Amino acid sequence: MSTTDTTATDVRFAEVATRARRNPRRRSSRRNDPRLLLFVLPAAVLYLWLVLWPTVQAVQYSLTDWDGLSVAYRNLGLANYDRLLGGDTVFGQAFGNSLKFMLAVVIGQTTLSLVLAMALQRNTRTNIALRALYFFPTVLSSVSVAFVWSFVYDPTFGLANSLLSAVGLDSWQQPWLGDQSRAIYYLAIVQIWFHAGQMMVVYIAGLQTIPADLYEAADLDGVTRWQRFRHITWPLVAPATAIVVAYTTIQSFKAFDLIFASTGGGPNHATEILSTLIYNSAFRNFEFGYAAAQSVIFVVLIALVTVLQQRAVALSARRA
Amino acid sequence: MAVAAPTLRGATRGALLAVYALIILVPMTVVLFTTFKTSAQMYASPFGLPTSPTFASFAELLDGGRLGTSLLNSVIVTGCSVVLTLLVSTLAAFGIARIHGWLGIAIFGLFAAGLAVPAQVAMIPQYVIVKQIGLDNSLLGLILINIAVTCPVAIFILTGFLKTLPTELFEAAEIDGAGPLRMYRSVALPLAAPSVAAVAIFLFVMHWNDLLYPLLFITDPAKATLPKALLDFKGEYTTNYPVLFAGVLVASAPMVLAYVFLQRYFVAGITAGATKG
Repeated sequence: MSTTDTTATDVRFAEVATRARRNPRRRSSRRNDPRLLLFVLPAAVLYLWLVLWPTVQAVQYSLTDWDGLSVAYRNLGLANYDRLLGGDTVFGQAFGNSLKFMLAVVIGQTTLSLVLAMALQRNTRTNIALRALYFFPTVLSSVSVAFVWSFVYDPTFGLANSLLSAVGLDSWQQPWLGDQSRAIYYLAIVQIWFHAGQMMVVYIAGLQTIPADLYEAADLDGVTRWQRFRHITWPLVAPATAIVVAYTTIQSFKAFDLIFASTGGGPNHATEILSTLIYNSAFRNFEFGYAAAQSVIFVVLIALVTVLQQRAVALSARRA
Repeated sequence: MAVAAPTLRGATRGALLAVYALIILVPMTVVLFTTFKTSAQMYASPFGLPTSPTFASFAELLDGGRLGTSLLNSVIVTGCSVVLTLLVSTLAAFGIARIHGWLGIAIFGLFAAGLAVPAQVAMIPQYVIVKQIGLDNSLLGLILINIAVTCPVAIFILTGFLKTLPTELFEAAEIDGAGPLRMYRSVALPLAAPSVAAVAIFLFVMHWNDLLYPLLFITDPAKATLPKALLDFKGEYTTNYPVLFAGVLVASAPMVLAYVFLQRYFVAGITAGATKG
């Protein structure tokens, strides 16, 4: 916004504020105008009908053996939950993969985006251009990113193996997404490549609120660069870290498109995470009731993860 | 503005920045070059420059006209979803910001709860509802779902902004005889324009790139949006990377162009969605 805009708006604010204050009838506006409910109505109808009501229905479906196609289905009580929590190995594997993926992405993305932000926080021309480049992957679709990286990871002629062989590291070559024990981490790298630039922007905004004289004072005291980071940057950038960690946690826990388009959860469920498992159970195996139960557990887990990580962030902020 | 002293310096910083730039640029460049090769050329030299550039992959994509159709579908679905979501969300946010007391808080809380619902939970019943009302395989079904699913984020951001406006503004307009509709049009909307623009870009990126809902509701290839069409191409052209990448290029081009010209707004919009969603 230009300066003139701001001034004009300020003047208008001041003007109407005075007029309103002079008017004795202004209390009347405390009563709610019923017409305002009409404004909320369209959004409320769509939201209640297509988001909130389906969420409630998911709980209902989770108690049945519905296949999604038949007219009739039986009520099973809690049998689906018994099956899920009492030894469904695929569900256990998907849960483990979701956690591995989330932890790898949160640690990798938070670190990388902070380092990039620290390197680019000054508003020079080069820095602004580099920020734009680093942010760029975020605007692509998950499907595009998945295809680009399936090419990078292609075992026979992919970019990764070719580069390794070009620098003489042939022994490091991998089947990448075909490696059942590590494929989930290779997908975490893709997710970080996809969104680190977005979180870098959040960090740059946070870093730029730190007053420069704090660093100047620290320099006069002759502190080391590590001390400067530990005692100034890190504690003062804590609000940004809270946002980055919270967003990255949820974003990676819910990741679906990227993994679905890369591996579909394979090979042999090695990259199956909860969101792909729910999709596959419902729309590949036609176990709607069972998939609904998985989705209910999924919400509970997301709520739990959110609460836990908010407490963790609050704790570390207090300690810093 | 206080700009903190640089905490990363010299050669380490330069090397880091250059390496990360390459990590982003190299795959994108290879993808771009690959689209101008034939499959055989690509296998012979996956990373070389296209020696005799060909548009064969684009021709193959356009053959049958499916790409054009899905491009059009994406434009319709994204355009309608963004405009309609903005319409219902600005109306609702205005209403919520103007409803005093517990009622306003309750309505706001109801929408905010939607931020916590992951798509995978509602998707199974949503699939059933959309099928029941006969809107599966229809762009209208996608648009309705898109509005319902993203209006909570939009309302959250817009209400947050509208609440920062001084109440005196609205009270003055009321005294001047303005009804709620007039206040919405002449006071709230103009002042909220920057927030509305940020939300618009966030929605644009989200709907244009979405795979989940087209995957759920669309089985007819003629109704597929670009991400869904791309995924189908993968099935057909498993190892034909030039054709696949031509598709990626077409699907990404509008977003990339918009990003190049509206970069600042993109960063602001997507980041607002990220930090407030």
